[in-house]
Amino acid sequence: MGELHRTPLFDLHVALGAKMVPFAGYDMPVQYGLGVMKEHLHTRTAAGLFDVSHMGQVILHGDTYEDVAKAFERLVPMDVLGLPEGRQRYGLFTNDAGGIDDDLMFANSGDHLFVVVNAACKEADIDRMKAALEPEISVEVVTDRALIALQGPQAATALARIAPSVADMKFMDVATVDMMGTEAWVSRSGYTGEDGYEISIAANHATALCQALLDMDEVEAIGLGARDSLRLEAGLCLYGNDIDATTSPVEAGLIWALQKTRRAGGDREGGFPGATRILGDLAEGVARKRVGLVPSGRAPMRAGTQIFAAPEGGDPIGEVTSGGFGPTFEGPVAMGYVGASYAMADTELYGEVRGKRMPVKVAKMPLVPANFKR
Amino acid sequence: MKFTEEHEWLRVEDDLIVVGITSHAAEQLGDVVFVELPDQGAEVTKDEDICVIESVKAASDILAPLDGEIVEVNAMLEEEPGKVNDDPMGEAWFFKMKAADPSQMDDYMDEAAYNKFIG
Repeated sequence: MGELHRTPLFDLHVALGAKMVPFAGYDMPVQYGLGVMKEHLHTRTAAGLFDVSHMGQVILHGDTYEDVAKAFERLVPMDVLGLPEGRQRYGLFTNDAGGIDDDLMFANSGDHLFVVVNAACKEADIDRMKAALEPEISVEVVTDRALIALQGPQAATALARIAPSVADMKFMDVATVDMMGTEAWVSRSGYTGEDGYEISIAANHATALCQALLDMDEVEAIGLGARDSLRLEAGLCLYGNDIDATTSPVEAGLIWALQKTRRAGGDREGGFPGATRILGDLAEGVARKRVGLVPSGRAPMRAGTQIFAAPEGGDPIGEVTSGGFGPTFEGPVAMGYVGASYAMADTELYGEVRGKRMPVKVAKMPLVPANFKR
Repeated sequence: MKFTEEHEWLRVEDDLIVVGITSHAAEQLGDVVFVELPDQGAEVTKDEDICVIESVKAASDILAPLDGEIVEVNAMLEEEPGKVNDDPMGEAWFFKMKAADPSQMDDYMDEAAYNKFIG
């Protein structure tokens, strides 16, 4: 293992007393002084500031947006061409087997497509885009900007003090705005189930912006620990846990992300990696599905917990892929895959924890209602 | 009071030994969200896993520090696991046991040695 990378906010994390841990090759804050539980609750009730600069930021340029969009559609089963300027969408890099190689966000920024990918996958994602898109499309990796997220019901109030126009943005809008004398690329989105923003800003301005936000009463610094429990309650996938190279978007319950124009009968049907399996899964259904899971007892069911249909005997019918304690839910929460016949909400199943089968119920996601500014 | 390298404390109370986890351990674990206690009356062997503590981060085991019998468990922790963070050395004791061989206590550290151990 080589030296850990540092984000432009590393010194600020240390000054704030963060507990730092290695994550996807970066030295990242897992929690600050408040601790995971209070950081989670603070984000749900006020506003939390997250450093997500470890994620990959990529700009795709062509002669026109249409050229970029058509080329990018060769890599993702999404409607890129029909995405209006100033809007963002959730996307997936699929593989030839119809599995998911990464999940991402992409935005129509007028003359280019702005793409944000997971830290752990970014090298592979960049290689994939270069191989598939160059030289027709230029693939510019952004290495001189931090990425921060401000999430929670008071995020808009807080950020509008610095850039008033962000208050007018709707969920999944993107805009370029001035923040403290520098250009920020803002999207109204996030990974917590709350209203909020993700902000790309020049690395040398990032600490000042974070400091200005942290000086506000509403805002606290939040680590990766709470980021994980927030996204779990919100029913959002963690790449590598809940979706991976073997899971199809249909199994993963991400059908909503596959716009009709790329499906059977659509104007631009197929034409992405794994289209045969994915369109087949859409037509014929799947054998396993991702579901929310709520243990009846107090014991958390962590990733890897085997799920059974009965309190005794039989083979596992599923497995937990993410699980822990939901501070807002006030109890253990999980998600995982179960056989399709067990995927109905309220189905009573059993998770094997330390050799004992404990009752767990299939539940609709999100487990905590989302609070987006539509 | 005695301390184990597993970050448990042992306090003699009449003819019983009260066992809990140290402030240092509670801090390292983070917010505790679930505690599974041993059965009252269970005969346990030193170093056997007898309790589970789950924090927001992970699950950890608590070992029986001595051979003996579990005489009483602190059922409050099942309802209010967060007490382990609030008062680990006091109210949030885990169990009381009757030691088969109280001399096993002699192997453990005193407070000064434990403080040195955790550095």
